[in-house]
Amino acid sequence: MTEALVLRRVRAIDPAGGLDAEVDVVVEGARVTRVGRDAGKDLRASERVRVVERPGAWLLPGLVDLHAHLREPGGEGKEDVASGLRAAAAGGFVDVCCMPNTRPVNDSRVVTEMLVAKARAAGTVRLHPIGAITVGQKGEQLAEMADMKAAGAVAVSDDGRCVTSSHVMRRALEYASTFDLPVIQHAEDHALTEGAQMHEGAISTRLGLRGWPRVAEDVIVARDILLAEYVGARYHVAHVSTAGAARLIREGKERGVPVTAEVTPHHLLLTHEALLGYDPVCKVNPPLREASDVEALRKALADGTIDCVATDHAPHGVLDKNVELAEAAPGMIGLELCLPLLLGLAAQGAFPLASLVEALTGGPARVAGLPVPRIKDGARADLVLVDPTARWTIDPARLLSKSRNTPFAGRAVTGRVELTVCEGRIVHEATT
Amino acid sequence: MWKHRHLLGISELSRDEILLLLSSAERWFAVTREQARDARPLLGRTVVNLFFESSTRTRTSFEVAGKRLGADVVNVSPQTSSVTKGETLLDTVKNLEALRADAIVLRHSASGAPAHVAAQTHTSIVNAGDGAHEHPTQALLDAFTIRAAKKRLEGLVVAICGDILHSRVARSNALLLGALGVEVRLTGPRTLMPREAAALGPTVRVMGRLEEALEGADVVMMLRIQNERLAGAMLSSTREYARTFGLSAAMLARARADAIVMHPGPINRGVEIDPRIADGERSVILDQVEAGVAVRMAVLEHVVRAGDAARASA
Repeated sequence: MTEALVLRRVRAIDPAGGLDAEVDVVVEGARVTRVGRDAGKDLRASERVRVVERPGAWLLPGLVDLHAHLREPGGEGKEDVASGLRAAAAGGFVDVCCMPNTRPVNDSRVVTEMLVAKARAAGTVRLHPIGAITVGQKGEQLAEMADMKAAGAVAVSDDGRCVTSSHVMRRALEYASTFDLPVIQHAEDHALTEGAQMHEGAISTRLGLRGWPRVAEDVIVARDILLAEYVGARYHVAHVSTAGAARLIREGKERGVPVTAEVTPHHLLLTHEALLGYDPVCKVNPPLREASDVEALRKALADGTIDCVATDHAPHGVLDKNVELAEAAPGMIGLELCLPLLLGLAAQGAFPLASLVEALTGGPARVAGLPVPRIKDGARADLVLVDPTARWTIDPARLLSKSRNTPFAGRAVTGRVELTVCEGRIVHEATT
Repeated sequence: MWKHRHLLGISELSRDEILLLLSSAERWFAVTREQARDARPLLGRTVVNLFFESSTRTRTSFEVAGKRLGADVVNVSPQTSSVTKGETLLDTVKNLEALRADAIVLRHSASGAPAHVAAQTHTSIVNAGDGAHEHPTQALLDAFTIRAAKKRLEGLVVAICGDILHSRVARSNALLLGALGVEVRLTGPRTLMPREAAALGPTVRVMGRLEEALEGADVVMMLRIQNERLAGAMLSSTREYARTFGLSAAMLARARADAIVMHPGPINRGVEIDPRIADGERSVILDQVEAGVAVRMAVLEHVVRAGDAARASA
C-alpha cells in the first residue's frame, strides 16, 4: 500500500492561490503535505512511496464538472454512475455534478440517495446530484428541494427542459434560495424552438432544417436575470451558446445580480458548419452556433463573464444517433475530452490557461458550493497531472465512457491526462 | 464523366454534370415509344420507390421512368416513418439492398435522410424530396422546361414565390439555376422566408414583395401553400395571401410579356395562383410533368451505371 505520492518537479498551476511554479508536491494519505521546490527530495521510491517524475508535466487542482448526464437510473445502456465516474477520472475530474433528467427524474430524496450510494460504491471520484426544479421536470410543481439537498444535491435544474413560466421560475428562485441552492436554467424558449434541429442561420436554411434561433436562449436569460435580481437569488445559466446571452450575463454581473454561467467545450470549438453533412453526432442542445458566437464565448470565458467550463457530457448509443437527424437525440460525450481539447485552445491563445483552470476548478466549485480544489499544504489531495506536449488522436473506441458519440473522433489533440488523484488515491492513470 | 452512384441533391453536382443530365434527358424526351421499347437499358434491374410521404405525382413519374428504361419498379409506401415500428430507415434500406435493388428512390419528411442512408448502403439512392432540403429531379425538370421554352438558361430571370421556408423545390432550383447563370429571385411573406435566404444560391436575390420580384421576370414559379401554414401563426388568411402573394393577371403583367408560368404541383387553385393563369396559355405546368419522366430516366440510368462501375472496381 502506497502511503506517499511524490510528484517531482512538476509545473503546479493553482490560479486560486496564485501558484504557477516548478515544485515537488507530496501527498500523504488524503492530503497534500508539502508543496515547494525540491520539497520531496528526501523521499525515495519504495514500496510505501510512489515517486512520479515526468519532466515538463503540469499539475492542476482536480477538475469539477457542473454538468454531466450519467444516465442512471433508466439509461444504463448509455452510461451509468460507475462508468461515468471512470470516464470523469480519466478526464481529470474529481467532482461531477449529474443532471436529473433520468428515468425516473431525480426530483426526490430517494433518487438522490441512490445516486450518492452508487457513487460511493464505485469508489472513484465524487458525485454530486443536481435535483429537478419541478416534479418530473414538467415546469409546474416545485420539487422537494430541502429533502434533496439533505441527501446530497448541490443545485436544482430541469436541464433539457426550460422553466418557461415566469411565475414558476420566480417561485423556484425564491424557494431554492431558501435552502441556498442555485437554480441552473436550461435557457430555451420552447415555443421558439419547436421541431428545431440546429442553429437557425445560413446553414439551417441551406440544409432545410428547422432552426433554433439565438433569441430563444437570449429571451430566457434576460428574463431570468431580471427575476434573479428582483427576488435576490442565485441563478446559473447552463451551456451558454450565444453572444447575446454572454452580453446579458456580463451586464447582469456589472449590476451586481448573482448570476453565473457555464460554457461547454463544443460551443468553444465548433460551429454550425459541422452539421453540413447532417451528421447526427453534431446535433446538440443548445445547438452549435456561428463563429461570432464562438468568439464571444471565448472572450467571455477569458474576462470572467462565464465562470465555468462544463462538459454537458451526454452519452447516446447508435439507436439514438445512427438515424435521420430529425430522429436523433441531441448531445455529445465530453468528460474525457474536455481538458485535452481546451488545453489546445488555451495554447492557441483563445483564453489564458489560468482562466481555463479556474473555470474547471474554482468557478464550478463555487457555484455548486463545493470546496475549491487547491494545490497547497494541508489541502485535500485532488490533483490532475497533465502531459501538455503529448500528441494523440481521439479514438472513441478507446474512451472509458459506454458511449462514443463525439464529433471529435479522429481529431489530433495535444495534452493528455496522465494521472488523476482524488483524496490521495490514484483514480486514473494513463496507459501508453 | 458521370461518377455519382447516388443523386442526393443539386448541391453536389457541378455545372457540367447538370448539363449532362439535361442533355441525356433531352435524348430520352425525343425518343419514340418504339425506340424506348427497344433500348430498355435497365432491363432486369430493380428500382424501388420508397415513399414515406405520399406523392402521387412524383412517384408515378419515377415509376413510368423506371418502366420505360425496362426496369422492374416496386412501390413501397410505409404508412409512417418506420422508426415508430421499431425499425429504422436504415434497416428498411438495408433490407431493400439485400433484395438486390439497384436503385432506391427515396421520399422522406426528414431533411438529410437520403444522405444518412447513402453513406451506409451500396444501392443507389435517388432523392425524390427530403424534408425542406432538396428535390433535385424537380429542379432538373424545371430547368429542362425553361430551356425548352426559352431556348437558353443563362441570363434569364426566374422569380420563385411562396413558402420558401419549407420548399425543397426552391432550394434545389436556387442551386441549379444559379449554377447555370440564371438570376433567382425569391419572394414571399417574411414568415415563410428562411433567415439568410441569400445563402440558398449563388445568384439569389431576396425580395419582400411579389410585385418587385416579378418586374421583368422571364419565368414565374409559384409554390404551393400548404393548408397547414394557414392554420397557425405563419399567415393570416387564404384571402389575404391570394391578394398579396397570389399570381393574378395584374401581377403577371409586371413580368415580361413572354414570361412563362410554372408550378411544381399540386396546385392550390385560387390561393397561390389564379386558376385562369394555371390553365392559360402562359402556363407550362403540364410541360413540367412531361419533362419529369425524361429527366428521371436520365437520372436513373446514370446512377445505376455509376453503381455498376463502383461495384466493378470494388
